Amino acid sequence: MIWNEYIECSSRDAIIERQNKGLRKMVERLYFNVPFYRKKFQEMELSPYDIKGIEDLHKLPFTYKQDLRDNYPMGLFAVPQSEIVRLHASSGTTGKQTVVGYTRKDLDMWSEVVARCLSSAGVVHKDIVQIAYGYGLFTGGLGLHYGTEKIGASVIPISGGNTHRQLQTMQDLGSTVLACTPSYALYLAESLEKSGITKDQIKLRVGIFGAESWTDEMRRELEKKLGIKAFDIYGLSEIMGPGVACECECQNGLHVNEDHFIPEIIDPITLEPLPEGQEGELVFTTITKEGLPLLRYRTRDLSTLHYGTCSCGRTLVRMEKCKGRTDDMLIIRGVNVFPSQIESVLLSMHETSPHYQLIVERINNLDILEVHVEMDEHFFADEIRKIEGLNKRIKHNIENTLGISVTIKLVEPNTIERSENKAKRIIDNRKK
Amino acid sequence: MTIQQLSVFLENKSGRLLEVTKVLGENNINMSAFSIADTSDFGMLRMIVDQPEAAFAALKKQNFSVSITPVVGLIIPDKAGSLYHALNALNDAAIGVEYMYAFSFKEDATVILRTADAEKTAQVLKAANFQLISTK
Repeated sequence: MIWNEYIECSSRDAIIERQNKGLRKMVERLYFNVPFYRKKFQEMELSPYDIKGIEDLHKLPFTYKQDLRDNYPMGLFAVPQSEIVRLHASSGTTGKQTVVGYTRKDLDMWSEVVARCLSSAGVVHKDIVQIAYGYGLFTGGLGLHYGTEKIGASVIPISGGNTHRQLQTMQDLGSTVLACTPSYALYLAESLEKSGITKDQIKLRVGIFGAESWTDEMRRELEKKLGIKAFDIYGLSEIMGPGVACECECQNGLHVNEDHFIPEIIDPITLEPLPEGQEGELVFTTITKEGLPLLRYRTRDLSTLHYGTCSCGRTLVRMEKCKGRTDDMLIIRGVNVFPSQIESVLLSMHETSPHYQLIVERINNLDILEVHVEMDEHFFADEIRKIEGLNKRIKHNIENTLGISVTIKLVEPNTIERSENKAKRIIDNRKK
Repeated sequence: MTIQQLSVFLENKSGRLLEVTKVLGENNINMSAFSIADTSDFGMLRMIVDQPEAAFAALKKQNFSVSITPVVGLIIPDKAGSLYHALNALNDAAIGVEYMYAFSFKEDATVILRTADAEKTAQVLKAANFQLISTK
């Protein structure tokens, strides 16, 4: 189902016209209301009126996460604090927390884009949506919440954690949709298995998973274990939270709500915009946001954009499923390594559990990558040479994919920490 | 004629064996034989207990990777040459031993044998008049 056909299926010309108009207004507003941006413009000798439309996007300054930290907590807000009706904060996993603010109109817009996302994943008003994203400062829970209410589905605002209760609720209330991080979905699926609950005893049919990057192999695993169709929803608190983009039934990229967020792909080294179809860093400019509008925000996420009408009928640009955040990217002996590459290998082998952790050390000036993989009791053999054989196969497959040598350590089941929010996949001891 | 052996995957870190023995003790499970094979990364604890199913369930509940494998429990006189005779019988039947461990008690010695086919191993040994440990 398409929530807002007028917007989601409009012609490219109409989309561009809307973006041009929005961008001009946004730039003017930022120039006059946010000293940080005015200063930047003045330093670049740029007038807000030099920006006529999206063809001038490349003239605008970038905004970095560090800018939000430097102006902590509310220095980049474009409205007086009295206009702000909600505050959220990022987890601060990569440094000091960053604070984001929303006006009443921002919250309405947020509900609208999440409603579009849920509809594109096939969620309808009859559904019962178990929201197992954390509620609170994290944007996941409340972001999904208002969009779900907007389409009229029943919300179970269970938040993250308390796995036993999650399973009980899922069974007793007959939840048809599960919204959480993919790593928590996996944990819930395992817990179901452990409690002897089969997928026929639950009514889940759709999964809305986001807030961390996950692979197609993980999608298949979750779909199989939970008996659902799993959709990727994308967002980041600085831009809005969940709802910036979402997959449709074609699962051929995520439709970006580009009447609110203009995406660009840039080369993260040269900072030059890249043409359609080329992979690079995703950058967003908000054009309708009031509380915290940002110009060319560097997401650190790697993706590729595809224009052209999707088979679902939507014309909104599609971004490829993010391969990973450049922050998550490890550089090991000069080679770029994404946790998602290792996830793909493990899941396609079907011989271990999908839980893994990457440990990086620097020994004698050489980077050493050790991959911890949990034994799966279903594949546990009594013979040592079989386990060693498994270890060798994992090593061989990962080395083939990454092109660097790795050490594999098989660990006991359930010893890699499970997370209710974002999974911690990397322990980099080189930085210490 | 075969008996059930429990195998537990243990990471090489301190306290893991302690934890297994604690779980077994708390569940009132008695071990009668065990061996540990180890590599640089992990160890494999193999044991014969009085209630294999209960032990399996209790260890699994504590998140251990555990499996049950059929093995043969062979009883031979604690005398020079007796193991040779037993292995000779297996050799004649073209049965290879994956691993084994043994303990002797009073006049007899008991050998736990793991082969590719536990049932056939037991039949061969039985036919050669060797005494086997039976489940009950």
